[in-house]
Amino acid sequence: MSASDTGPPRDDLAVDARGLVKHFATRKQVTKAVDGVDLQIPTGSVFGLLGPNGAGKTTVVRMLATLLRPDAGTARVLGHDVVGEADAVRSAVGLTGQYASVDEDLTGTENLLMLARLYGFTGTAARRRVEGLLDAFSLSDAGPRQVKTYSGGMRRRIDLAASLVLAPRVLFLDEPTTGLDPRSRNQVWDIVRVLVADGATVLLTTQYLEEADQLADRIAVIDHGKVIAQGTSTELKRSVGQGAVTMRLADAGQRSAAASVVEKVLGTEPTLATDPYALSARVPDDGADAVAQLLPALGDAGIAVPEFTLGQPSLDEVFLTITGKPLPADDEAEPADAQEVSR
Amino acid sequence: MTASAEPAEITTTTLRQAVALAERPARPSAIAMTLTFGWRALLKIKHVPEQLFDVLVSPVIFTLMFTYLFGGALAGSTSAYIQFLLPGILVQTIVIVTVYTGYTLNTDITKGVFDRFRSLPIWRPAPIVGALLGDTVRYSIASVMTIGLGLILGFRPEGGFVGVVLGVLLLLVFAFSLSWIFTILGLLLRTPNAVMGVSMMVLMPLTFASNIFVDPSTMPAALQRFVEINPVTHLVTAVRGLMAGQPDGSEIVWVLVASVVLTGVFGPITMHLYRTRH
Repeated sequence: MSASDTGPPRDDLAVDARGLVKHFATRKQVTKAVDGVDLQIPTGSVFGLLGPNGAGKTTVVRMLATLLRPDAGTARVLGHDVVGEADAVRSAVGLTGQYASVDEDLTGTENLLMLARLYGFTGTAARRRVEGLLDAFSLSDAGPRQVKTYSGGMRRRIDLAASLVLAPRVLFLDEPTTGLDPRSRNQVWDIVRVLVADGATVLLTTQYLEEADQLADRIAVIDHGKVIAQGTSTELKRSVGQGAVTMRLADAGQRSAAASVVEKVLGTEPTLATDPYALSARVPDDGADAVAQLLPALGDAGIAVPEFTLGQPSLDEVFLTITGKPLPADDEAEPADAQEVSR
Repeated sequence: MTASAEPAEITTTTLRQAVALAERPARPSAIAMTLTFGWRALLKIKHVPEQLFDVLVSPVIFTLMFTYLFGGALAGSTSAYIQFLLPGILVQTIVIVTVYTGYTLNTDITKGVFDRFRSLPIWRPAPIVGALLGDTVRYSIASVMTIGLGLILGFRPEGGFVGVVLGVLLLLVFAFSLSWIFTILGLLLRTPNAVMGVSMMVLMPLTFASNIFVDPSTMPAALQRFVEINPVTHLVTAVRGLMAGQPDGSEIVWVLVASVVLTGVFGPITMHLYRTRH
């Protein structure tokens, strides 16, 4: 995290946030939900904000979307200050997330029509815009139905469509695929890719490492309101090491034996997965040769290994390396007033 | 991706065409935006008619119960009593319905709909003023139903059609102004049910310790003093006067001034909370 509090605003950046701070006062204590975040997002790129629940991701997005006023620091979106020129920011930004929702009591069509009218589309222009969007998101059939009857995937698509009514140049997606099945998730990813190919800038928050890896040009890892690492997916992974081997044994009883072989050959301590047949281990920086010796060594020890994979480290491991703790596995969203409990 | 029963994949071309926008429309006027939110409130009445059910059941029960259980004892006959009771029941109904304004607003906040509105480049008070306008429609429906029931039961207002309409209009003005108190509760409290609970705790004594059901002259002195300063009493007296064809100028002025004060004080507080809420 660079402390670039000074220096002139840059025109090539869609989002330029410097030293953002947000405190929340709860009962007796004041918590720093966001504690000095700098973000520089070039126009036309996808930026991933990765972190566990309560890390401050949503609070950052809400400040950039003018929903929250920063306690300190500045942020500009397409050159407009989020506090002083909030309306200009609102005209340029689309927001999708649990906290910028459509109205469940209304139908999909009514929701989009309402937004279209609020943006200034009138009469048939509004209807045409809405029908086009419903069609593109394969929601034409569902249009006349109340949103509360939609499936999770449809719900996320109508949320996305709602944020695209005015063709925003910057899109904030707050956990866009949380709780979606893989197929719906892929659909959302495809939509994001098309929008970016057409010149939109996307800021995406996620607790899914794969999502950041798949979509984002650059990733900032955020924890306790601070950016603790930043870079491309490859850079972040490289900071952890060469990668990891993962294997699944034929016999769960041989796992501890396998673990000691792995530790001897690779020189790193293996991680035992919850699956009693599986274990994995990081490959040290100069460990390519050692990996080649691993399977024969396991064979010599009489351990059958039906599955063996060598992969780049996952961002999960990146997170573990940086913070010393794994990403939480639950997929609950941050509460609206994202409050930290720890510390 | 894969073959599946779900219809139509999202294709890149249709998506591109749908999102692309040759010309951004001009920003609509504050009035147009407010009316759009009013339209939304009407759609909600259409899609969630249950909310009207609540509105209508309580006046029906109260009117029937008080007229037939106590009417004879209180006023000599049920038909004499309903002339007295009905304007009061009408006020009670509408005053209680104003709570829904806060309830609906809080529901919007809890569900995240509110943040979507706040993220739009719109005239800031539009969502709230629009919702209040939509609520006025709800009040009108409740008024028509209550008066309709009254007419069936023998309510014969001396003020005639004009008197009744003027009475309802005065009531709507007051209800619109009173709603700002509930928008504040809606913005401050955590859940829609909390809004409901707190509001009812305030409204129950205000509506019962008033001149809605009985003439306060038989009440203990301390209670009489409360009834006299109770704004609901002033409102009931004013509405009753208009409907009976004997408008009480000072009470009408009192209600109008109270409405201006309520809006002038609680409107800006609501907007301040709306802007600064996280």
